[in-house]
Amino acid sequence: MNLFKRAEIAPLEYTRRLWMRAWIAATLFFLYAPLLVLIAFSFNDSKRNIVWRGFTFKYYGKVLENDGLMAALGNSLTIAFLATVFSIILGTLAAVMLWRFRFPGKTAVEGTMALPIVVPEICMGVAMLVFFAKLDWPTDLPWPLNLSAITIAHITFCFPFVAMVVRARLAGFNKEQEEAAKDLGATEWQAFRDVLLPHMKPGIIAGALLAFTLSLDDFVITFFTSGPNTITFPVKVYSMVRFSVTPEVNAASAILIFLTILLTTVALKLQDFTKATA
Amino acid sequence: MTEKQPVISIRNVTKRFGNMVAVDNVSIDILEGEFFVLLGPSGCGKTTLLRMIAGFEMPSEGQILIGGQDMAGVSPNQRPVNMVFQSYAVFPHMSVADNVAYGLKISGVAKPEIRTRVDEALELVSLGGLGQRMPDQLSGGQRQRVALARGLVMRPQVLLLDEPLSALDAKLRAQMQFELAELQDNVGITFVTVTHDQDEALSMACRIAVMNKGDVAQLAGPSDLYEHPANRFVADFIGSVNIFEGKLTVDEPEQAVVDCPEVGRVYLNHGVTGAHDTTVWVAIRPEKITMLPAGKAKAKDSPDGHNIANGQIKGLSYLGDVTVYEVRLESGRSIRVSRPNLSRWDQEDFSWDDKVSLHWHPTSPIVLLS
Repeated sequence: MNLFKRAEIAPLEYTRRLWMRAWIAATLFFLYAPLLVLIAFSFNDSKRNIVWRGFTFKYYGKVLENDGLMAALGNSLTIAFLATVFSIILGTLAAVMLWRFRFPGKTAVEGTMALPIVVPEICMGVAMLVFFAKLDWPTDLPWPLNLSAITIAHITFCFPFVAMVVRARLAGFNKEQEEAAKDLGATEWQAFRDVLLPHMKPGIIAGALLAFTLSLDDFVITFFTSGPNTITFPVKVYSMVRFSVTPEVNAASAILIFLTILLTTVALKLQDFTKATA
Repeated sequence: MTEKQPVISIRNVTKRFGNMVAVDNVSIDILEGEFFVLLGPSGCGKTTLLRMIAGFEMPSEGQILIGGQDMAGVSPNQRPVNMVFQSYAVFPHMSVADNVAYGLKISGVAKPEIRTRVDEALELVSLGGLGQRMPDQLSGGQRQRVALARGLVMRPQVLLLDEPLSALDAKLRAQMQFELAELQDNVGITFVTVTHDQDEALSMACRIAVMNKGDVAQLAGPSDLYEHPANRFVADFIGSVNIFEGKLTVDEPEQAVVDCPEVGRVYLNHGVTGAHDTTVWVAIRPEKITMLPAGKAKAKDSPDGHNIANGQIKGLSYLGDVTVYEVRLESGRSIRVSRPNLSRWDQEDFSWDDKVSLHWHPTSPIVLLS
């Protein structure tokens, strides 16, 4: 009997095949090893980032005391928040328009809306730079108005992502539900609020997460639209790296990673919560 | 008996989509408290007509009155009708109770009243106690009951149902046909149902409007439609039928004869209102034809040689309760005959290639003028 022999590997039990496991391990290694090294070395008690010299928290302290970096982080979060809010509104409206109406030039509108996604970032950056220069966009406004140029640039490349995700979600919507709401007495707005919006919600949340993270870690476009007083977090990190890669940079990056993970988790939890109470 | 009032009056309604005429000058009165069915093949305009009553489409011409009021320019959310959609359109993010309560909430009914009315409605469709379930935890049949309750709770003057049973399996559909008819009887609300399924229509309806290409082909009760169809379309659409072309050669008050090249002389013991020598059509239902071994047939109450045809069995399908035979007549024309399987034991076995004689009673043939 094969009491001590393991059962044969069934066709779909991929995780029990050695080459498959090796493949998965390699994938995970290349994805996460650099991040883990980065986080590990943020605790390195050394000025240089080459040899491990013992554990310390002091670079996290240094990061928090670094006013320039903290100001940059504040800028980044403000921009990301504003860009996300506007992207949600614009993207959702665009998606609903493209889903509901038929009009001449619809394909062209859809195409141009996807343009910011496919155009190389460097081109977008240069285009934005020229655009704001031509407009003579004021750069000496008080905070947070001085972030307006960057925010507008971020909205431009963030809202198509929201629109695409919400549009995909709407494709699965049964229009009879909206008609049913109206049939039961709902006005156009009530039907939108009570039926269409709840249907779009997972798409909007996913789109918002995309927009927020895209805005938070964008470097290229921001680099071209930021001025001396409007440094964002990635741009600041870049300028720090140009002097030397200290554990302080590692610590700053680690903080960004933690922030992103935290926000994503909160958003997912929120979604579960609303689902459970709906 | 008091005269019933029309709750819906459809007056000369035409609906065009571009060049396509979906509904062509239709006039129907639907009476208070009746179970009315719009029956027809797909694309006949029945759903368009229903959607015009609900207010989702506007007539190109004509008028629709509900409770005596002209509905022109009245949007769906203002009309005293509610609809059960083909897909049920139950809101997936709301519980069963919230789905049913939705219309009441929108119209500002007080909370305690909403609760009692929702409970009542759920009880009515046998969903009592399932109010807290989410739609994805329900079966198809239960979702449909939610859609029903959601409409009924509004106490509409008319409940519109768009192909209400088409998504259910055969057993459940048969059961729901009875339940729907009973429900309608209990609540006394006028039901208007759209279906392409004749069994559904015949079993549930008080009256049926058979539609064809945007037109009402006939409006009558179930048995009238079956036994007295007005034209070939209705005869053919409702049930199974054999139709022969012929010429009206005798037409007197007490008798008529139609000469059909394919089946011989067809004798009727009643008159036909048609001009002499005009082309008419004779329709005979398969179950109204008697089949006997060759030479044994003798048509009672008919002159010699009338209402008799000889042929050979070319096909048969055993359906359990009846067996349907396809008989090739001497003229080459095939005709359908059905026989109930009355006994479990001695089935007189007609089989392939058996020679048989067919005959029918002089009341059986239906003469159609169009």
